Amino acid sequence: MAALICEVVYRGIFQKNLAARITRGIVLSARKSGRWGIAFGRYGDSPQRNGIPAKDFAIVADTKEELEQNMARYEPKHVDVTVAVDDTLSKGVESWAWYGLQPINRLTVPNGTLLMTSLQSFDSLLQDIHKKDAPYKLALLRAKASFSGLWVYKEDHTEVRILGALAKIAPSFLTLDGVCEAIKEIEWGSDVKVESAKKAYQRLESREVALTEGNAEIPYSFEMPKWWEMREGVTIPAIPVGKPKEAGKGYVPERNPYFKKFTTRTMRPVIDFDTCVKCTLCWIQCPDSCFDVMPDGTYDANMEACCGCGVCEAVCPVEKCITMVNESVFDDNASQWEMWRNDKERYKAWMNEKIGDKNATVRSHGFRFRGQYEQELEKNLDGGGVEITAGIPGENAQHKTA
Amino acid sequence: MAVVTPAAPAATEEDKELLISGSEAVAESLTLADIDVVTAYPIRPYDTVMQAIAKKISGGQLVAEYIVAEGEHSQFEIVKHASTVGARVFCGSSGVGWMYAMECLVVTPPLRVPMVALVGNRALDDPGAFGVEHNDALVVRDLGWLLCWIDTSQEALDTTLIAYRVAEDRRVFLPLAISADGAFLTHSQALTMVPPKSKVDRFLPRYDRGDLLLHPDNPITVAPQANEDWVIEIRRQNNEAMARAVGVIEEAYADFRRVFGRGPDNPWFEEYMTDDADVILVGMGTISLPIKVAIRELRAKGKKVGLVRLRWFRPFPTEKLVAALSKAKALGIIDRDYSFGSPFGSGVVANEIRAALYNAERRPPLLSFICGLGGREVTLEDVYKATDLCYAAAAAGKSDPKTHWLGVRE
Repeated sequence: MAALICEVVYRGIFQKNLAARITRGIVLSARKSGRWGIAFGRYGDSPQRNGIPAKDFAIVADTKEELEQNMARYEPKHVDVTVAVDDTLSKGVESWAWYGLQPINRLTVPNGTLLMTSLQSFDSLLQDIHKKDAPYKLALLRAKASFSGLWVYKEDHTEVRILGALAKIAPSFLTLDGVCEAIKEIEWGSDVKVESAKKAYQRLESREVALTEGNAEIPYSFEMPKWWEMREGVTIPAIPVGKPKEAGKGYVPERNPYFKKFTTRTMRPVIDFDTCVKCTLCWIQCPDSCFDVMPDGTYDANMEACCGCGVCEAVCPVEKCITMVNESVFDDNASQWEMWRNDKERYKAWMNEKIGDKNATVRSHGFRFRGQYEQELEKNLDGGGVEITAGIPGENAQHKTA
Repeated sequence: MAVVTPAAPAATEEDKELLISGSEAVAESLTLADIDVVTAYPIRPYDTVMQAIAKKISGGQLVAEYIVAEGEHSQFEIVKHASTVGARVFCGSSGVGWMYAMECLVVTPPLRVPMVALVGNRALDDPGAFGVEHNDALVVRDLGWLLCWIDTSQEALDTTLIAYRVAEDRRVFLPLAISADGAFLTHSQALTMVPPKSKVDRFLPRYDRGDLLLHPDNPITVAPQANEDWVIEIRRQNNEAMARAVGVIEEAYADFRRVFGRGPDNPWFEEYMTDDADVILVGMGTISLPIKVAIRELRAKGKKVGLVRLRWFRPFPTEKLVAALSKAKALGIIDRDYSFGSPFGSGVVANEIRAALYNAERRPPLLSFICGLGGREVTLEDVYKATDLCYAAAAAGKSDPKTHWLGVRE
């Protein structure tokens, strides 16, 4: 008797179809060796929303009884393999209702595997991935995050490459032959995809992660209230009024103490305080009220509240004053404005490094112009998926005048 | 909003006697309770209440926001919101109008809105019909609405005052629907004692929404979305409020008797000639009238029959009802409602009572009757027939659980 339990952590909407394909592929591949299986998603509301971390699961087992035993939970509490198809999830997962931050490897069993698509090095990822009290393996497929929208699907072979990698990780459940056979038969399969799966099988990089490795930060968490502790009437206190900053010259809005958005971001705004014209547009338009008002009249994006949507970049009238940059290049959530105030030269160098990196400033999700997908597909799929296209920072960047 | 009614101080502590319908009696109570916001959308028989309130306002006896909505959905939404900002509210409907408001009826209990509504009971379409059936009000029986049935104009007036006292009690804060049989009560004028405002003021405190008040000085968010990690706790809170309502209802009736000098000792149900009864019939609303008349006729012939007229359906007075019913030799439950496909095809009340009796030490044979649907007259012959069947069951010491339809052409 044996079972293989996999979770696929994905970004809501952008990777919804991708995650469903992966879990479906796992079950159909294992079926080739006579296994029983189920692929399922668990959702609230927001996982179906842009960028919010969500999960799909696949369970395969030797017998139907064992399958039921593992299914008799809302979601698995332990998984043999955690799959993350966006490496910014290395910073963790906040479920949509925000009960704190869950490390990406939290459900991974001791000696299990965390499989990620990433262009980063093992060491770089382990700066973000939280420490675990048991050893496990980190396995990497070279690829950037595969994002598309709800209505389109990015045929960049990520799903079959993950299946090929799983054949290497759990060969007793998913044989490479079984995976290839399943991919051929599945409605979105093809011979080219079979080849991609085989290459992924060969190219998978993997290494043990020791107890000492990983981000030592204690993840943010809180206790859920009992029913008699909750205010009646489906009522919660409103966010209190904010606090003045530096003798009233600035203003920091109060925020929900439980509602943090550290892991919702795939990108974050980097702000050039020297060119800011203090027009207030970012502050007004931010749907999450993430901007704090600084004493000099500029606006600092607070990383507890920023969900990385990029509206600020789009509405900012000054070229390169706000630039969205991939979350993976940041090590902390510190205030940019404080960094700028302390050492303007150093900040400028830091900022230019971030916004000058073409790989980090390309939009991580969606398409920005008609034909972009075709352009990307022409690139060599073997080289780790899709070639990185030069970024278009903000949809109206070309029209900025100030 | 919350404008004080122009002072018309009662010169006397005396009640005055008026010849008014059940609907007009409710409007008298609303005036005495000095409601703030009322919404209206016409449907028979509830529309008699909205007309009676409109007359009170136009006559200067009541100052209140009177909002004519474009349908029942908005009608109930508007008062829901008004109640969250601290207004004492009233609305109502009938039959399919009540059903059209269903989405708002569902959200009102979890938001703990002490809305008082009058349901002028009416058969649900189709066929389009005007007569009484209890299925419209009964639809909310599982949702956290307090639910009671009234029988007379006097009871309509008294129960409306009690309704605000119970619903607006901080321990409860649940919506309350008063069910009045269409035509038989809403359109029948009877002599009714109307108390002076001074007495009402001693009985009914101001509505204080406390920390749930939606006001700039108490910034709160009402009804955020929640997932499975919060919902069952919210349901548990609702269940607790319903359980607390039991004590609050008993307190309110006791206080009502103290202030007004009338009203029943037992808030939950009226017992008519049950002390020595072999057969007890059970029903809700105005069906009591033909049953009481029939009982008097039956008693004259030596048959010891009694009636329990249920006032409160939610919360259901389980223990008290079991104590009152289990002493009989047979029970006949007369439902003016239907529940197709239910256990034994019985009406809602019959099956509730079956469930309540399940753990009773003594379970008399129970017969289920469906009668008077769509406003059909419940005849004395119907009651005699039910009684005969109950006596047969009493003699046999058991009953066939099948449901008897009375007064249907066959």
